[in-house]
Amino acid sequence: MAAVLPLPVAPRSEAGPWRRAWRRLKRRRGALVGLAVVLLFIAMALLAPWLGLQDPVATSWSAIRKAPSAGHWFGTDEIGRDVLSRVVWGTRASLLAGLVSVSISLLLGVPIGLAAGFLGGFADALISRITDAFLACPFLILAIALAAFLGPSLSNAMIAIGVSATPIFVRLARAQVLNVKVEDYIEAARAVGNPPLRIALRHVLPNITPPVIIQATLAIASAVIAEASLSFLGLGQQPPAPSWGSMLNTAKNYVDSAPWMAIWPGVSIFLLVLSFNLLGDGLRDALDPRQR
Amino acid sequence: MFEYLVKRVATLLPTLLFVSVLIFGLQQLLPGDPAKILAGEDQDPQVVAYLRARLHLDEPLPIRYARWVGGVLQGDLGESVRSQQPVTGLILQKLPVTVELALLAMAIALAIGIPSGIVSAVGRGTAWDWAANAFALWGISTPNFWLGILMILLFSVQLGWLPASGYVSPFEDLGANLAAMIMPAFVLGNAIAAVLMRHTRSAMLQVMSADYVRTARAKGLGERTVVLKHALRNALTPIITLGALELGTLLSGAVLTEQVFTIPGFGKLVVDAVFNRDYAVVQGVVLVTASAYMLLNLLADLAYFAVNPRLRR
Repeated sequence: MAAVLPLPVAPRSEAGPWRRAWRRLKRRRGALVGLAVVLLFIAMALLAPWLGLQDPVATSWSAIRKAPSAGHWFGTDEIGRDVLSRVVWGTRASLLAGLVSVSISLLLGVPIGLAAGFLGGFADALISRITDAFLACPFLILAIALAAFLGPSLSNAMIAIGVSATPIFVRLARAQVLNVKVEDYIEAARAVGNPPLRIALRHVLPNITPPVIIQATLAIASAVIAEASLSFLGLGQQPPAPSWGSMLNTAKNYVDSAPWMAIWPGVSIFLLVLSFNLLGDGLRDALDPRQR
Repeated sequence: MFEYLVKRVATLLPTLLFVSVLIFGLQQLLPGDPAKILAGEDQDPQVVAYLRARLHLDEPLPIRYARWVGGVLQGDLGESVRSQQPVTGLILQKLPVTVELALLAMAIALAIGIPSGIVSAVGRGTAWDWAANAFALWGISTPNFWLGILMILLFSVQLGWLPASGYVSPFEDLGANLAAMIMPAFVLGNAIAAVLMRHTRSAMLQVMSADYVRTARAKGLGERTVVLKHALRNALTPIITLGALELGTLLSGAVLTEQVFTIPGFGKLVVDAVFNRDYAVVQGVVLVTASAYMLLNLLADLAYFAVNPRLRR
């Protein structure tokens, strides 16, 4: 079923690729639920100051480890802070870490992969071996080591996660370039005298974008878990600023007396990661029909 | 086969070289003078001078790198600043604990992941398929340290069936060892089971439509024989290769799982080292992990040959 566009000349029989992808995405219920939950979390992160929550860092010695009640829906923590407020404010650290670290991976990985695939030869061999070396270190262990040497803070955790995830994008971009490079339209672009850089940016890059977007969405899910893991180990967001991972780290010590402290931060990580995974799977179906 | 092995090992060497540069380079990320940072808060000038001499910080970078690699090749990963013990010894002491945890976790992952993948592929579109896919999504989306806390809450705090922590060596008391290891192994295996299930499902779906499966059915073989003998054996090849990539997840996951269940393994060693600013230990652990990961991937490639006779020619 092709949408007819009201164009006076040369009507195209089909809408653009992005619109077609959106139409396919809309048919995937899981992806839409994922998108809705992601948007909800983004709204929560942005609107946190106006939601009428209690101060996420205000302690209260009279409300230590209180079970959920009308005053504190999610209960309070070991120094009397409101868990609901900390969970909502903690969304900021998780989303920020997910988006910033994946942006770092994209900004580093895609140009490097593009260069490797496009240049070939020695540059390609060198880049590929370095990528292999990074990939030989398990993702989280590398991130922990980088964060340890850079020093514990949220921004260093984001750098560590971003750098650790970069090789995946180098490899993906390189493989895609190798596929696209031999296509006729690239040959045509070269034949009409386009300089290499222009071919790489105007003709190759747009054609490798869909798989990169899919991978980026799934990478955000991994980055959110990685940030929570680093914070859980004390290498991410530093106290008293709220983050889901560090909340769980404290909660672990009070599992027997205050289990509510452990439930909600974990549920939030799970929901956010699940939503990015659902969205990524949906995007894969919508943007890359060959993989179906 | 031999030729392939030689070629495969030959590509490992440059990778190992870059891994060593990468890990050595971590030290350069330390803000300021490493000797002062390593000397701790009081920065005793004597300690700083000792560390500077020990780490050869006055020498040019390439020479320090060569010294470090020379040491590594002889099994010397440096000395822990905290305990004054050789890093190699510390790692060897903790490694068996993590290896046991990893093996148990892998056994659980295989026992859950492969059967559920088969069931989901054979019963494509049924409730079983749906349930297996839901399980896979749960598995990849749940942070394992949270799952660990939830399991402690249920099985240790509420039901009182299993200890929340307290590692016992299997040589002392196997029962107590397994009681302490079963929850962490499940937590660690859960995520890998999810990934294995997805790989098994897609590999099985692919082979189930192959000609030889149709031939097997046409011969009148039972569905069980067709699925397990004809389809699964061929689907195993991609499962092994892709599954081997999960070994990294296993090693990374062990860091967090050991932290939750206070298991004195490799992961606990690295986390403690991070907090004690014991950088030689951190470097040693990353180097050993990366080498182990590469070695296991090599073994997986060899297993790939073993199960796929067509490649042996």
